Amino acid sequence: MTLITTAHLESPDDFYEALLLAHKDLSAADSQAFNARLILVLANHIGRLDVLKEALAAAALGAKSPTAAASPGDAATPHRCT
Amino acid sequence: MTEHTREDARPEAAPVDYQTQTFPYRRHVDQDVASPARHPVVIIGAGPVGLALAIDLALQEVPVVLLNNDGRLSVGSRALCFAKRTLEIFDRLGCGQRMVEQGVSWHVGRVFFRDQQVYQFDLLPQAGHERPAFINLQQYYVEGFLVERAQQLPLLDLRWHNEVVALEPQGEQVRLTIRTPDGTYAVMADHVVACDGARSPSRRLLGLDTQGRTFKDRFLIADVRMNAPFPAERWFWFDPPFHPGQSVLLHRQPDGVWRIDFQLGWDADPELEKQPERILPRVRSLMAQASLAAGGSGAVPEIELVWASVYTFSCMRLERFRHGRVLFAGDAAHGVSPFGARGANSGVQDAENLAWKLAWVVKGRAPEALLETYAREREGAADENIRHSSRSTDFITPKSEVSRLFRDAVLDLSRDFDFARKLVNSGRLSTPTTLHTSTLNTSDEGAFGGCLQLGDPLADAPVLAGGTAGWMLRCLAPGRFAVLVFAGAEGADRDSLQRACEQTQEILMSAQSAFDGLPAPALLVLTREEELARALAAQLPAGVQVLQDDLGVAHERYDGQPGSALLLRPDQHLCARWRRLDAQRLRQAVRCATAQPLPCAAGALEEHA
Repeated sequence: MTLITTAHLESPDDFYEALLLAHKDLSAADSQAFNARLILVLANHIGRLDVLKEALAAAALGAKSPTAAASPGDAATPHRCT
Repeated sequence: MTEHTREDARPEAAPVDYQTQTFPYRRHVDQDVASPARHPVVIIGAGPVGLALAIDLALQEVPVVLLNNDGRLSVGSRALCFAKRTLEIFDRLGCGQRMVEQGVSWHVGRVFFRDQQVYQFDLLPQAGHERPAFINLQQYYVEGFLVERAQQLPLLDLRWHNEVVALEPQGEQVRLTIRTPDGTYAVMADHVVACDGARSPSRRLLGLDTQGRTFKDRFLIADVRMNAPFPAERWFWFDPPFHPGQSVLLHRQPDGVWRIDFQLGWDADPELEKQPERILPRVRSLMAQASLAAGGSGAVPEIELVWASVYTFSCMRLERFRHGRVLFAGDAAHGVSPFGARGANSGVQDAENLAWKLAWVVKGRAPEALLETYAREREGAADENIRHSSRSTDFITPKSEVSRLFRDAVLDLSRDFDFARKLVNSGRLSTPTTLHTSTLNTSDEGAFGGCLQLGDPLADAPVLAGGTAGWMLRCLAPGRFAVLVFAGAEGADRDSLQRACEQTQEILMSAQSAFDGLPAPALLVLTREEELARALAAQLPAGVQVLQDDLGVAHERYDGQPGSALLLRPDQHLCARWRRLDAQRLRQAVRCATAQPLPCAAGALEEHA
C-alpha cells in the first residue's frame, strides 16, 4: 500500500469547513495541541509505518523551506568521553 | 532439578547490613613469586556483572580471579529493578531464590498525567513462568548474595582491595599491574574481562573512547523509609501538581523503603538538591498525592531519608566490546538512561553470554573467534537497549516545544483511547535480548509456530519431573548445551508406548553421537502423556531427564510435536531446531554454535573474523 496523493476526500469542502470549525475559538496554543492530537488520531487510523513515513515526506515537500521541515530539533548533543 | 540449580537451605542468621559490611585485604601468594603468576581468566570489578560472570565460570570449572578495587559493596538502592531473565540467570548461578525472597515482586505499572491516572499496564499477563516480571531489590543485596555465592566456589578467587593500575596486552596474554595496601604486583592473564562500571578505569588504561549522547537533565534519587500502604507497583507521573513540568517515578523496595526519582532539569544545583531540607518537602507532597491516588486520605506518613543522589546520564557504548584478549561487559561497555531498567539487567546478560563462550575457549573446545560472537551479539543488544532508552528519554524529557506538544497530546489522548496508551513511553522495560540474526544460529528448515523464535532464550514452562511439579529452565545445567526432544505415542496401548520409547531412544542416541568428543549435552525428553512419561523414565538411561508437560504449555510455547528437537546453547538461547533430528545436522549446528571454522549447514553465514 502506498500513500494516496490523488483526490480521495469524500467531500473536500465539507471537511475543510469542519476542520476550521473545530479550531474556531481556540487560542494559538490550543490549536497547536488540537492539531497534534488530530495527527495522532489519524496516524493510528492509517496504521502502516511505510505509509506514515511517506506522509511525513509528503508534508515536508509542502513546506516553503524543506530543510527547515526536515531538521530534527534535538537539544541532545553528541559527545565523546573516556 | 539438577544439582546445579538447587540452592542450599540457609541457616537462619541475623540479617547482614550489606551497605556497611567490609571485606578485608588479604595478601596472596601471587604477590610473593619471582615472575608473575599466570591465570586463564581475570575479571576486573566485583559488581553484579563481574560477580555473575565469575560465578558462572567457576560453575563451569574455569578457575577465575576476580579483582575489586575496594572492600565495599554498593551503597544506596542504585540498580534496584531486576528483570525475570536476570532472575532466571541467578537461578542458574544458584542464588535466584534468595533474591526473589528478599525482593519485592511487581508487575503492574501506573502512569499519571498531571493529577489523573491515564494508563495502567501489567507486564506478566501470561501464567506459567516461575519468576515474576520484575523484583525490586537494592543493588547491595544483589551484590551481597552474589558474593556469598562466590565464596562457596573454590575455583573463584575474589581479591578485595586489588586495584588494576596498568593493563598491557602482550601477544596472547595481558599483563595486569595491581595495587594493594602493601604494594603492587603483576599477574598474566590469557583473558581479561573489564566489568568495572560506567567510569571504567580499564577503558581509560587502554585509551578507549565511548560514543553516544549525554542528556542535559538532572535527576534526584531519594530512598526514603516510611510506613505507606501502597501496593508494590511502578507509579510514574508526567507533570504532576506536586512537581510541575517534570516527571517522577515511585518504586517500592524491601525493608519499608521507597525509591523516588525526581526529574530536576538541567539548571538544578546538584549539591543543593541533595540537602534533606530540599528533598523531604518534595517527598511529602508526592506522598500526599500518592495517598489520594491509592484511595487514601492524603495523609502523609513519617518519612526518614535513607539515601539520596543526583545524577545525569548518557546513552553510549564502546565501539567494540572485544579488544584482543580484553573484553568489556556491563556499564564498562555500554550506558543507558535509567528508564527501562536496562543497565544491570543487560550487564548480567552480557555475563551470561560471555561465560560459556569463555569457558569453551579456555578449555580449548572452541576457537578464539567464539569470543568475537560475544562482542557482536552484545553490541547488538546494547544498540537495542540504547535505542529504547533514548526513545523513553525523549518522551519523558521533551527536548523542544514541538516534542512536548506531541508528548502532551499522547498523554491527553491516552485517557480515552487505547491506541494512545501504546505511545506512552515511561520506559520500555527490559525484556530478554533475542539473537535472531546471530551467526551461531542454524536456520530453521521446517516451519515452527509458537512464541519461541530462533535466537530467543527458552521461555519457561511448568513441567512434572517424576510426578513432581517443577520448571523447564531449572532442568538446564550451566555450561552445557541441551537437546530437548518431544515424544508422543499414537495410542495408550503397550505396543504404541513401546514404539514411542524406541523412537525416542533412537533420537537420543543420535544426539549423543553428535556430541562425540565434546562435553555431553543435557538430554531432556518432553511428553504430554503420563503413561509415556512413566515408560520413558523406566527405559531411558539415568542421565536423561523425562519431563511431563501435563498442562501442554511447553508444547505450545515451543511448538513441540513428537520427534521435534531443540538445541539450546549453554546460555539457554535456542540456536537450532528440527522436526526430525539427524546426528549429522546436529553436529553441524553445534559446530556452528561454537564458531568452529567449518561453514554452517544452512542459514546466515558470516565469516567469524
